[in-house]
Amino acid sequence: MSKLLYDTGEWNFDTLKRTYDAIEEIAIGEMGLDPYPNQIEMISSDQMLDAYSSIGMPIFYNHWSFGKRFARDEAMYRKGYSGLAYEIVINSNPCISYIMEENTMTMQTLVMAHAAFGHNHFFKNNYLFKEQTDASGILDYLNFAKSYVAHCEERHGIPAVERILDCAHALMDQGVNRYGRRARPSLAEEKARAEARAAHEESSFSDLWRTLPNAQKDRRRAGEGKKAEPLQDILGLPEENLLYFLEKFSPRLKDWERELLRIVRNIAQYFFPQRQTKMMNEGCATYCHYKIMNRLFEKGLISEGSMLEFLTSHTAVVFQPDFDDQRYSGINPYALGFEMMCDIERIVTDPTEEDRRYMPDIAGTGDAMAVLRSAWANFRDDSFIAQYLSPHLMRKMRMFMLQDLAADPTYKVAAIHDERGYREVRRALSRQYDPGLRDPNIQVTGADLPGDRRLTLTHFMHNDVPLAENDTMAVLAYVADLWGFDVELRGVGKDDEQRYRYEHVKSGPAPAQPAEPLAALV
Amino acid sequence: MNVIDRRLNPKGKSLPNRQRFIRLAKETIKEAVVRSIRERALGDVESKEVVSIPMKRIAEPRLRHSSQGGDRDQVFPGNKEFVQGDTLPKPKSGQGGGGSKGSPDGEGEDDFRFTISSEEYLNILFEELELPDLAKTQLADSTAMKFARAGHSSSGSPTNLNLVRTMRNSLARRISLGRPRREDVEAVEREFAELEAKEERTKKEEARFAELTAIRERLAARSKRIAYIDPVDLRFNRFEARPLPTAQAVMFCLMDVSGSMTEDMKDLAKRFFLLLHMFLSRKYEHVEIVFIRHTSEAKEVDEDTFFHSRETGGTVVSTALAEMKRVVEDRFPLDQWNIYAAQASDGDNYASDSHTCLELLTGDILPICQYFAYVEVYDRRQAEIFHSSLNVSELWKDYQSVQEAHPNFAMKRVFSKADVFPVFHQLFAKNRKAA
Repeated sequence: MSKLLYDTGEWNFDTLKRTYDAIEEIAIGEMGLDPYPNQIEMISSDQMLDAYSSIGMPIFYNHWSFGKRFARDEAMYRKGYSGLAYEIVINSNPCISYIMEENTMTMQTLVMAHAAFGHNHFFKNNYLFKEQTDASGILDYLNFAKSYVAHCEERHGIPAVERILDCAHALMDQGVNRYGRRARPSLAEEKARAEARAAHEESSFSDLWRTLPNAQKDRRRAGEGKKAEPLQDILGLPEENLLYFLEKFSPRLKDWERELLRIVRNIAQYFFPQRQTKMMNEGCATYCHYKIMNRLFEKGLISEGSMLEFLTSHTAVVFQPDFDDQRYSGINPYALGFEMMCDIERIVTDPTEEDRRYMPDIAGTGDAMAVLRSAWANFRDDSFIAQYLSPHLMRKMRMFMLQDLAADPTYKVAAIHDERGYREVRRALSRQYDPGLRDPNIQVTGADLPGDRRLTLTHFMHNDVPLAENDTMAVLAYVADLWGFDVELRGVGKDDEQRYRYEHVKSGPAPAQPAEPLAALV
Repeated sequence: MNVIDRRLNPKGKSLPNRQRFIRLAKETIKEAVVRSIRERALGDVESKEVVSIPMKRIAEPRLRHSSQGGDRDQVFPGNKEFVQGDTLPKPKSGQGGGGSKGSPDGEGEDDFRFTISSEEYLNILFEELELPDLAKTQLADSTAMKFARAGHSSSGSPTNLNLVRTMRNSLARRISLGRPRREDVEAVEREFAELEAKEERTKKEEARFAELTAIRERLAARSKRIAYIDPVDLRFNRFEARPLPTAQAVMFCLMDVSGSMTEDMKDLAKRFFLLLHMFLSRKYEHVEIVFIRHTSEAKEVDEDTFFHSRETGGTVVSTALAEMKRVVEDRFPLDQWNIYAAQASDGDNYASDSHTCLELLTGDILPICQYFAYVEVYDRRQAEIFHSSLNVSELWKDYQSVQEAHPNFAMKRVFSKADVFPVFHQLFAKNRKAA
């Protein structure tokens, strides 16, 4: 009797369940994946379009930019220029994967292996997601955000809310904390600490000391005056999280506007790990579905036809055009990720002399899944490339590095896939994925609160690469809106010399009244 | 694992977002719509429309690196011949690295296209336009009635019976009055039939049988007394007759088809009439069009003849006006119809006829017309040669005096396809009089 899980393209819930169980056996039993519990939701293509346009989240506040995205996606889809994603998966606990009813059973199998196990495992185990996102709370938070925004729209009108959200969206990329902060102590911890402090004071109190002169009071009496804490310290400058700064210190925002900024900021932070691990995350999921589909086939659970169908879409996903191909639009994260995962497997199980030289830690250790699982847990895109991109793969993808110096009239091929170039290419590719270099490094460096309240942003330029002018002017206008006063942006090079400067001056008379006392703001 | 079927969940969650987006992009969409009406062929005006919007209008700017300037390294796949140290010329104009360096995340965005429905299209097209001087006939004539739903009533004709409401009332009444439920009745009947069928009954069964007989009777009586559906349950959809302002209009298309009118000119005229027709059909439930063409004589014709046959001969414009007057008297009682007219001509007229025209217009036509628009069409070549405001026809000069005295008369000149919509827009703009 045939052991096939399914033998037609049609799917039904029974087959889905059976296939899921077979995949789970391989994914958890054989590959040792450790995913969140899964929840799979079947939706129609219309709903997929909906979900697509709200950044893939099932609940999201309303904003015209999602309508724009929807209009574009829909037009592209209806015209047949682009297909829909086969799946959307959400970093939540339980992990929710959307799959489309239009998919064939083979595609459903592929999607479950890819999303419900690959992505899911990555979300649960990668250190960035663990540190920076709260998988079990995100849906509740989005729910709160949606109703809060709706509530604000009711009270203050849609245009007012949209204006703030437009501004906030423009600063979303600058609204994250790049470096993890010390975890904020929980209420219980803070209470315990306050009690401990009180206890200590009680035990060390001695009335004797009271007779000592109060040094500070005396000094004040002497007319010196307590030196004000420097403004920079109060404002916590420099501050790289622009949204955070505006939310905390903008002189003109109302409370609800601050809360809106906070919502956008929290959502940006939630998506920040995804931006840093796109290549690895897709690579992990693609590698997992590839392994699982092959195992299903080996075990005789899916037919050859189904395998062929799978391979067709798999190869389409991991296709990497050459740089001189018309279709080239950068390095395909699926392709690079998948190649790297396969390459690691090769190095671990069947290394060459070269691999042993370059990666002595893992070459020939034998357990590919163990190495992969630890890589998935402990790296992000740039560090992962720096650690694991092998000469073999650079040769296979025929990578080369082009140097573009502003002072030079030509491009220079600085390194290629040869003995002299491996380290250089690897370093350059790793830098290409480094969020610290990819996103412009812009910080709030000054806010003249006692004076004209001008806000100064500084772009610490990397290799003198400037900002795109039109966009920058538009964003500065948004910042000025949120801040309420003039804003300037300076670009400085490595030598701290100013390279360029933009400013947005608010029109209208300068505020006649003196600046509000700082205490009110802090 | 949990599979949840969400397909029945509402779709269109993005609808509010889409509406917000359209509202935001409205200005741009409108420009695109106007542009498209200038360029498109006749006849497909009511089809769906693809509108493209320049990205910058609805941009979401971010602080991102410029594609130019500074020093940068980039890794590419697919090297074929390069070795270390090779140099490549940079493309001129300092455009770095071709398309591949366009934007850092590979999201090159150009113009943004999306489809709006023909309904949305026409709404935008005719937004801010209105029919002038509607009030007169609305007030004068309110004999037309329209039936509109107006809640429910307890009496009405059987066709208007509202089943859901009726059954709901009936159910409530049955429950409150305690009409035996069918299940109960059936259970009793079954038990009764069982016992009845038995040849011999025990004493206990006999007692039960007697009891059941009594229950049966009681239930039957109760069921009879409390009807399943009682007249008091009945609910009918109620309709109310509401007076409607006259919702019909007739449009007279008057066109000069004499030898001097070229195909190009007729095309311009036709575009104008077409817009007018589309516009009227949106404002009125029923629009009739009367085509009248004239050379030295005027005749009512069908659409095809109107636009496609061409004749030679002299031009006597007044004949068309006279014909229009005749048709109105014949078929369109003034108290029932809103009358509109548009006249297209190249302005060539038989010399002594202009005076007759003026008399007809001011004496007979304008008093009965809601609005009379005169469009003078120019041949493109002719316009190039004589493009001057001084160079106007006799008819134009005469009509100008009419325009000054009659607010429901307007005139414009059309030189090219691109002029048609703007001219139409000016003729029907809401604040036409102010402007």
